[in-house]
Amino acid sequence: MGNLMLYAITIVLVLLSFYKDREKTLKALKKGWKAFENILPQFLGVIMLVGILLAVLNPEVISKIIGSSSGWWGVFLASVVGAITLIPGFVAFPTAAMLLKSGAGYMQIGAFISSLMMVGVVTFPVEVKYFGKNVAILRNLLAYLFSFIVAYVIGKVVGGI
Amino acid sequence: MNLIKRYRFFIITIGITALLMIINRELGIKALQVTGYSFKEMLLVIPPIFVLLGLLDVWVPRETMVKYLGENSGLKGILLSILLGSAAAGPLYGAFPVAAVFMKKGAKFSNILIFLGAWSTTKIPMFLFEMSALGVKFALTRLFVNIPGIIIIAYAISKLLKPQEIEAIYENASNL
Repeated sequence: MGNLMLYAITIVLVLLSFYKDREKTLKALKKGWKAFENILPQFLGVIMLVGILLAVLNPEVISKIIGSSSGWWGVFLASVVGAITLIPGFVAFPTAAMLLKSGAGYMQIGAFISSLMMVGVVTFPVEVKYFGKNVAILRNLLAYLFSFIVAYVIGKVVGGI
Repeated sequence: MNLIKRYRFFIITIGITALLMIINRELGIKALQVTGYSFKEMLLVIPPIFVLLGLLDVWVPRETMVKYLGENSGLKGILLSILLGSAAAGPLYGAFPVAAVFMKKGAKFSNILIFLGAWSTTKIPMFLFEMSALGVKFALTRLFVNIPGIIIIAYAISKLLKPQEIEAIYENASNL
């Protein structure tokens, strides 16, 4: 549904832009293409890397790691798995819900979801290209540490520990 | 020669996949399947993001960007950065080129980082999905922790960097 809306908005804006100024619109499309072409090599690399990682770290393996370990050690493992994987939300949330049902704690799931969304080890090369090494390292490191805070609060509020 | 250098990372990952295929055929095939799936996802979501980015670059004047997201945009700039990031669709790697155009147009660095933070974790479509899969309490708690968290992380990074470093990043963005 989100994708459909994204396309609808884009098409309306392109038509509006084209109606207002043909030349500017062509320039905009050219700029968009240039930006895409510029980052394409990194995108392709990231996609291949995601394939390799998810083949090795498939949902069953993730369940084994997160489902069976408890406490802060479990939170640590969950955050590491979250940081190095890149799973789209519509796969990640049901997987997390399944893990909860099969006995994983809220704290571990909070750490997993948080580091999964905010920390991107796989997308690191893309981030470096735009922001340089220092920012990419700092952002990922802080986001990783932050996932422990999220885990703690989720554990307190939702898990009732 | 240049082409090989540009695609170095991609070539290495192809090599690893091939190696995986030799060591464990089943895993190799699985890796290619996941890659195919991610590739489809990329083809679906990425084109409109880059079209919008081009439109943004051409139509939004620098003064407008500076006014709403620039150095003196204050609380308004912070809120707008969160809203823009949360309204987004697509994986985090789609946010980086959009952020580059924002920088080129004069948005404040901490706002750029807030935008990235929001894109990574408070996206509205994802939030709705999270609510239905993990419960309202889980999703809301995470949201309430995330919003201050994103802002604090953004300011921490801005403060930890030297001004010259930030300048270099803006310089790089205007050349992309």
